[in-house]
Amino acid sequence: MTALLEAYDLVKHFPVRDAIGRKRGAVHAVDGVSLSVAAGETLAIVGESGCGKSTLGRLLLGLIPPDEGQVRFGGEELTQLSPAALRARRRDMQMIFQDPYASLDPRQTVQDAVAEPLRLHRIVPRAGEIARVASLLTRVGLSPEHARRWPHEFSGGQRQRVAIARALASGPRLILGDEPVSALDVSVQAQVIELLRGLISEMGLAFILISHDLGVVRQIADRVAVMYLGRIVEEGPSEALLAAPRHPYTRALRAAVPGGGRRAAPVSGDVPSPINPPSGCRFHTRCPHVEDICRSVVPPLADGVACHLADRLPPFAAVVDRQPNARLVRLQSRFRPQGDAA
Amino acid sequence: MTPALAVTGLTVSFATDRGVFRAVDGLSFSVAPGETLAIVGESGCGKSVSSLAIMGLLEGNARVGGDLRLAGQDLLAMTPEARRKLRGADMAMIFQEPMTSLNPAFCAGNQIAEVLALHRGLSRHAAYEEAIRALDQVRIPDARRRAAQYPHQLSGGMRQRVMIAMALACRPKLLIADEPTTALDVTVQAQILELLDELKRETGTAIVLITHDLGVVADHAEQVVVMYAGRAVETAPGEAIFTHPEHPYTIGLLGAAPRLDGPRGRLASIEGTVPDPMHRPPGCGFAPRCPFAVAECTVTDPALTMLAPGHAAACLLAPLEAA
Ligand SMILES: Nc1ncnc2c1ncn2[C@@H]1O[C@H](COP(=O)(O)OP(=O)(O)OP(=O)(O)O)[C@@H](O)[C@H]1O
Ligand SMILES: Nc1ncnc2c1ncn2[C@@H]1O[C@H](COP(=O)(O)OP(=O)(O)OP(=O)(O)O)[C@@H](O)[C@H]1O
Ligand code: SF4
Ligand SMILES: [Mg+2]
Ligand SMILES: [Mg+2]
Repeated sequence: MTALLEAYDLVKHFPVRDAIGRKRGAVHAVDGVSLSVAAGETLAIVGESGCGKSTLGRLLLGLIPPDEGQVRFGGEELTQLSPAALRARRRDMQMIFQDPYASLDPRQTVQDAVAEPLRLHRIVPRAGEIARVASLLTRVGLSPEHARRWPHEFSGGQRQRVAIARALASGPRLILGDEPVSALDVSVQAQVIELLRGLISEMGLAFILISHDLGVVRQIADRVAVMYLGRIVEEGPSEALLAAPRHPYTRALRAAVPGGGRRAAPVSGDVPSPINPPSGCRFHTRCPHVEDICRSVVPPLADGVACHLADRLPPFAAVVDRQPNARLVRLQSRFRPQGDAA
Repeated sequence: MTPALAVTGLTVSFATDRGVFRAVDGLSFSVAPGETLAIVGESGCGKSVSSLAIMGLLEGNARVGGDLRLAGQDLLAMTPEARRKLRGADMAMIFQEPMTSLNPAFCAGNQIAEVLALHRGLSRHAAYEEAIRALDQVRIPDARRRAAQYPHQLSGGMRQRVMIAMALACRPKLLIADEPTTALDVTVQAQILELLDELKRETGTAIVLITHDLGVVADHAEQVVVMYAGRAVETAPGEAIFTHPEHPYTIGLLGAAPRLDGPRGRLASIEGTVPDPMHRPPGCGFAPRCPFAVAECTVTDPALTMLAPGHAAACLLAPLEAA
């Protein structure tokens, strides 16, 4: 598969200043990240709060310039483009945000919100706008009548559908969703996940999913990159990575997901500050397997994992989550729309 | 044994510009000392309002009915002054975002010491020493040094530990934890939930744990109440809610949560939305979204009916399928 989007050695640091403006160090938000996504593929970026997921996302779409490294989209290097050329590229790369309340302008009707990218990129003549918006709304499970309404008249899940319609309007080749379902209740979340999954596969989109929820990631993603304090520590196909995580941090993350029965917390301590992050392996302050080399030498991402001990770690003690019994599976099948094959 | 908390037929109504509406409608449950009861349900179903009603912290436009007993004492018969004295001493609450309930101007140790001085009449020095012990009890390393730090100097997980230490400082009979780990990272969440489990065993405090995460329920609760649109639709022992759920809403909810193992199938989809509390449909509140619904469901309002010891559901068709 040829990559649609490729990133090499991206670095982004944010200066930290004290009260009188002196530089007091830097937040190492993204620190040497390389990755790629192909057309029709979904890549998830997972990790805990502050590990740099959103910053990486903004770098990938060329919304902020990297301190170091490159991003290529369709073979073209984003960092070399003029601002005007970059704006035109936006047509191909769209974003969906977490907060359906903040991502829509309260003074814009749904018609205007969805038509905006059509106008910006001159996609259809004015006369065709209404029909185009109606078809986009239908596509995301809303009805054309919704076009005349205002964002505040919608529930969170419906607003997120509007945001998806808006992202699809310009006919993008890549969509980046930054926690697109995290603010939604589980039943609404399931509706939006199913919608996204269908659209991605029908339209052959490349999709980058930023999420902290491994369950959501497993539903949508083909491949997963796990971030810890600005670096990718493990990367691989999602099923294999979640079933048998290799990096001690991925293992802790997997084991910490509630639902597998009462057990001891997998790691102690909080995530260290990204200002002056730990030397060597950034996970060494919390890692149960730490050895001397981990404290001083940065483990490279090799064969999908960045851990000095990757080849020597004990096998992952599989977390066995509760399986629904036959009765429950039967009863739950009633909740699938009629004529909708699994 | 007298339950630490017994709630019977709790109702909460709010007077609003649009009229009066019932946010909580006939909620009943009880929790024994040292036990955790989880309340689950989607946003707006009345979880927080119920806990604020139990704490006596609702605003003026709320009317509370029913019967609330803390270790046998009738809470609704008490004067506001008497209830204020209970808060912090016999019952305590922790919230999702610890920053909103910590005072940024006081160091962690002094905040806890203040509670101890107020409720246990300790001297300033004795209260501060006791506060350090409380921080130590919630496994804060180097508690004496941390006690001198201000909330903004602490991480999210550390702040939540300070909140728990403060809530448990007077050894309350009841702790209500309203989404205590939602704002935390999953590796830190696991630590806090484990801590709450240990503390309830050590102190015998009863815990009401409010969450929307069924995984948390599975791992940490002895009993569960599933709420939908202001009512309990199912109450069950923690295990039974997963192995043998009886209410269609519970079944849909379990199927909508993405799983980490087993086949990667389609998620269950509960179509439609929660009814507007001002215009509750007749019959079962879940009927418009329920794939099992029959004509009778839109007419008759199902009562919570006992199906097995400790297991009740409010569905006309329950038990759904004998297994
Ligand atoms: N514009 C900025 N200026 C200074 N620091 C920033 C800026 N943007 C992000 N940061 C910092 O960079 C780090 C990474 O932030 P980022 O938002 O990328 O994390 P994240 O993984 O998306 O976290 P979350 O899950 O909480 O959204 C954080 O420490 C954050 O505070
Ligand atoms: N002071 C108030 N006045 C009027 N209505 C209120 C008031 N407080 C809460 N409500 C309403 O009562 C209902 C129940 O709210 P509650 O906060 O208990 O929900 P919840 O189950 O805790 O939801 P979440 O999961 O979002 O926290 C909601 O419809 C809410 O808008
Ligand atoms: S490199 Fe060392 S500290 Fe880092 S994860 Fe591997 S074993 Fe742990
Ligand atoms: Mg983010
Ligand atoms: Mg609430």
